[in-house]
Amino acid sequence: MSGFGASAWSSRHAHALLSSMGRLARHPLATLLTVLVMALALALPLGLDGLVSNVRTATGDFSGAIGLSAYLHLDVQEERIQQLARSAREHAGVGRVEVISAAAALEQFRKDSGFGAALDALTSNPLPPVISVTPTAEASSPAGVETLRRYLAAWPEVESVQVDGDWVVRFNAILDELRDVLLLAAVLLGAGVVAVVGNTIRLEIDNRRAEIEVTKLVGGTNAFVRRPFLYAGTLYGLLAGMMAWLIVLGATLSLQPATTRLALAYGSHFVLNGPDVREAELALAVGTVLGWIGAWLAAARHLARIEPESA
Amino acid sequence: MISFERVAKRYPNGREALSAVTLHVAPGEMVFLTGRSGAGKSTVLKLIALLERPTRGQLIVNGENTAKLPARRIPAFRRRIGVVFQDHRLLTDRPVFDNVALPLIVADISMREIDKRVRAALDQVGLLGKERMLPLELSVGEQQRVGIARAVVSRPPILIADEPTGNLDHQLASEVMNLFRRLNEVGVTIVVATHDLLLVRESGLREIALADGVVSGAEAPLPSMQAER
Repeated sequence: MSGFGASAWSSRHAHALLSSMGRLARHPLATLLTVLVMALALALPLGLDGLVSNVRTATGDFSGAIGLSAYLHLDVQEERIQQLARSAREHAGVGRVEVISAAAALEQFRKDSGFGAALDALTSNPLPPVISVTPTAEASSPAGVETLRRYLAAWPEVESVQVDGDWVVRFNAILDELRDVLLLAAVLLGAGVVAVVGNTIRLEIDNRRAEIEVTKLVGGTNAFVRRPFLYAGTLYGLLAGMMAWLIVLGATLSLQPATTRLALAYGSHFVLNGPDVREAELALAVGTVLGWIGAWLAAARHLARIEPESA
Repeated sequence: MISFERVAKRYPNGREALSAVTLHVAPGEMVFLTGRSGAGKSTVLKLIALLERPTRGQLIVNGENTAKLPARRIPAFRRRIGVVFQDHRLLTDRPVFDNVALPLIVADISMREIDKRVRAALDQVGLLGKERMLPLELSVGEQQRVGIARAVVSRPPILIADEPTGNLDHQLASEVMNLFRRLNEVGVTIVVATHDLLLVRESGLREIALADGVVSGAEAPLPSMQAER
């Protein structure tokens, strides 16, 4: 028995892989359809993920627009205002704090509004002092901004708190929500990919029943019989991952000119980002793993039931 | 080599194929298993190849108690038994070479060794030079010989054949029988199930007759054979 050894083992695996490839190549249309269904299921979450990333990049510039203005009572003393600003600076989630005194606010208003003469008629300054707070990037979530608003509103010296740029906050919240939906969709579509591969492999097992019976009869182990099916499933997954990546790439390229025109119309130099190398790797890895899982499930379920029978 | 001790086999559908079979085949012996259809010939062969397990009794093949062999050791057990079918069970979409090589491929034998042994087995059955042909391009007799080559290519100590001459005319059947005789001469233990009594008489070999799930008549195993295992 000189033939045993690692080289024989690896050549068996190479043999199984090649015969699986040959089988897929022999039925190009059936293979293409299966791969296409799987690729579409993979491309959808991949494409949506790219969309969310792009929208986030496009709106990223607006994060500076988020801020809170705490309007103080008119009678709060300057010293107390500075005290409050100091404690605000030390509060968690606070990025930048700016104090706009009543006098400064009036000066600003006089300059901007053009009501200079009318304002001179006033005996006292009607504008309140303001503490303007910009949250850190991490605290720019709806919950973070709300926490800051409550913190500022709790001060007895504060008349009211106004949140600026809260549409950005809400928009980011929508994007986060979208990402959760995306994750859920990805899980469901992934299950779909497993089911498609599983069903394809099940049909393949039925078609090769005679071969499986004879192989088991002459002493083929379950692992040996399973091997070509696992390779086939993995190949389906790998091809589907590649095709999914190409689909998303193609979609990105076809949308590129329109997006650039739209961005230019808004004076932006935003460029639609296509799937990168990391996403290509992810698509291939996820496709391959799902293909393997689908094949394994089908093989485990159906191969055990096929046992040789004497005529 | 093969030892049935009051073996019974009842199928899940309730049919009792064997009720209490006691028979022994010595190493290097060649015997015929005869009986009408339904007498239990096929069941005896299935039990030997562990395609079925006995319901009762003890069955020892190649020194293994088949009732106790764990499932994960069945493939290794089957590699030591060659099986020939009446309908030869060849893979019609694979050339002769691939069909004969299958028992060696599943055993992780190197390609060089496989090449050598497949040619040797085909030479033995007189089909050297037809490796690349598909089974359906061969005559019925040749197909049966490909089946025999596949059964003996891994040099198993036991060969079982279920009606191997059932589809052949008398001359082809005799050729196949001569092939079995030659294999037997080099030490292979052979059990052939057949209803071709003429062939059995011609051979002058021991006949084990089955009827209604038991060994019948004067052809019961000889005392000396029972001593084996």
